[in-house]
Amino acid sequence: MAKVSMTVNGKAVSANVEPRTLLVEYIREHLRLTGTHVGCDTTQCGACTVHVNGQAMKSCTMLAVQAEGAEVTTIEGLAKGDELHPMQASFKENHGLQCGFCTPGMVMAGIDIRRRHPNADEQTVRHELEGNLCRCTGYHNIVKAIMNAQV
Amino acid sequence: MYQFEYHKASSVDDALKKLSSADDGKILAGGMTLLPTMKQRLAAPSDLIDLAGVYDLKGIKVDGASVTIGAMTTHYDVHSSAEVQKAIPALSKLAGLIGDPMVRHRGTIGGSLANSDPSADYPAAVMALGATIKTNAREIAADDYFKGLFETALEDGELIVSVSFPIPKRAAYQKFPQPASRYAMVGVMVAETADGIRVAVTGAGPCAFRVPDMEKALTAKFAPESVADIKISAEGLNEDIHASADYRAHLVTVMAKRAVAEA
Ligand SMILES: Cc1cc2nc3c(=O)[nH]c(=O)nc-3n(C[C@H](O)[C@H](O)[C@H](O)COP(=O)(O)OP(=O)(O)OC[C@H]3O[C@@H](n4cnc5c(N)ncnc54)[C@H](O)[C@@H]3O)c2cc1C
Ligand code: FES
Ligand code: FES
Repeated sequence: MAKVSMTVNGKAVSANVEPRTLLVEYIREHLRLTGTHVGCDTTQCGACTVHVNGQAMKSCTMLAVQAEGAEVTTIEGLAKGDELHPMQASFKENHGLQCGFCTPGMVMAGIDIRRRHPNADEQTVRHELEGNLCRCTGYHNIVKAIMNAQV
Repeated sequence: MYQFEYHKASSVDDALKKLSSADDGKILAGGMTLLPTMKQRLAAPSDLIDLAGVYDLKGIKVDGASVTIGAMTTHYDVHSSAEVQKAIPALSKLAGLIGDPMVRHRGTIGGSLANSDPSADYPAAVMALGATIKTNAREIAADDYFKGLFETALEDGELIVSVSFPIPKRAAYQKFPQPASRYAMVGVMVAETADGIRVAVTGAGPCAFRVPDMEKALTAKFAPESVADIKISAEGLNEDIHASADYRAHLVTVMAKRAVAEA
């Protein structure tokens, strides 16, 4: 077993885990933060996207022990009480989701895209979304939501 | 994923020591190749030695003649470095075409070159720019580094420390991405270096290779039409559900033409 400590959504957490525990398993099964989804488990779909030290990463392809000492933000860490994060609000406003399975990853990736490209145009957003798959929406409204978010 | 022991290395020497005392140890860099392989149980190392805490393996240094990139520098850091953008824009562009943003935030140049996937992007730059790969033990020239499918000149237990790219007069990279994975179905980098024109191909063969006929033609005249009629042989090229060997051979000419036009 390995001891791991990190900050998740502003809260210090620590646990003894098997070294092979994935960050997403730690988040979902140990911390019970089930907003972060596992779509493919093969680094393709981006449903598991979280922020680690401010950068978007696929938590299904990271060991929990690799996040030792890191600041992790999941979808649960975005809203302030009842007030949605501007990216979440924009997904709602622009109808950027249908079944919602990909949405936590899309929102986390969207925030990361706008952080790196504050005035991202449509082409940039589409290129930057290559690591996030959606089986429902056809992407159009997701792209609109990310471009128009008041972040 | 099978069980393993996890270790954090504090220095290159510490990593080498931990590697040699492990049964079947492996270096962990960004984990973007190694962890998926372990999940599929295609790899089952007894120990993982994480280089993330070896800070002197991270970073980019530019002097008048070359760009030196530490093994643990991420694709994102290479892509977004203003210094790389200025010195070798083609290298910055190439790094920005690897995978997706989340992969680029974790994947490293050392991991990519140690792995030497036939469809990886960096090998094209290493070959075309005539880079030098520095390990804990020696310096390896690009032309001596790539040996075959997932096979490099690295010995067991040898660690990549950095990669040094001589700054070319001009260079450009063109990639035809495999539509699902975004790896290079074929990628070609063309460079005018101090040692002449170099044309390197990734994705088409078992590992990166140069195209001497194209280099000769471009030395005579650096223009897209110089390579337009040069076809490479499809023999021994990769073949899979995404593209036949013939199609890959065809793409080499197309991508080379585009790269020359862009350079
Ligand atoms: C969805 C997805 C898409 C991708 N698309 C592309 C793409 O388009 N183009 C592309 O080129 N790549 C692509 N990749 C691969 C990616 O670039 C990886 O980051 C890279 O191949 C491996 O780097 P890593 O740092 O993650 O290494 P790891 O996975 O940690 O390690 C890979 C191997 O290298 C060894 N190793 C690592 N560092 C060193 C070192 N310093 N010295 C010696 N050995 C070392 C490890 O022991 C291991 O065997 C993709 C990956 C994914 C998951
Ligand atoms: S679950 Fe991580 S990328 Fe699909
Ligand atoms: S909304 Fe259903 S997968 Fe994207």
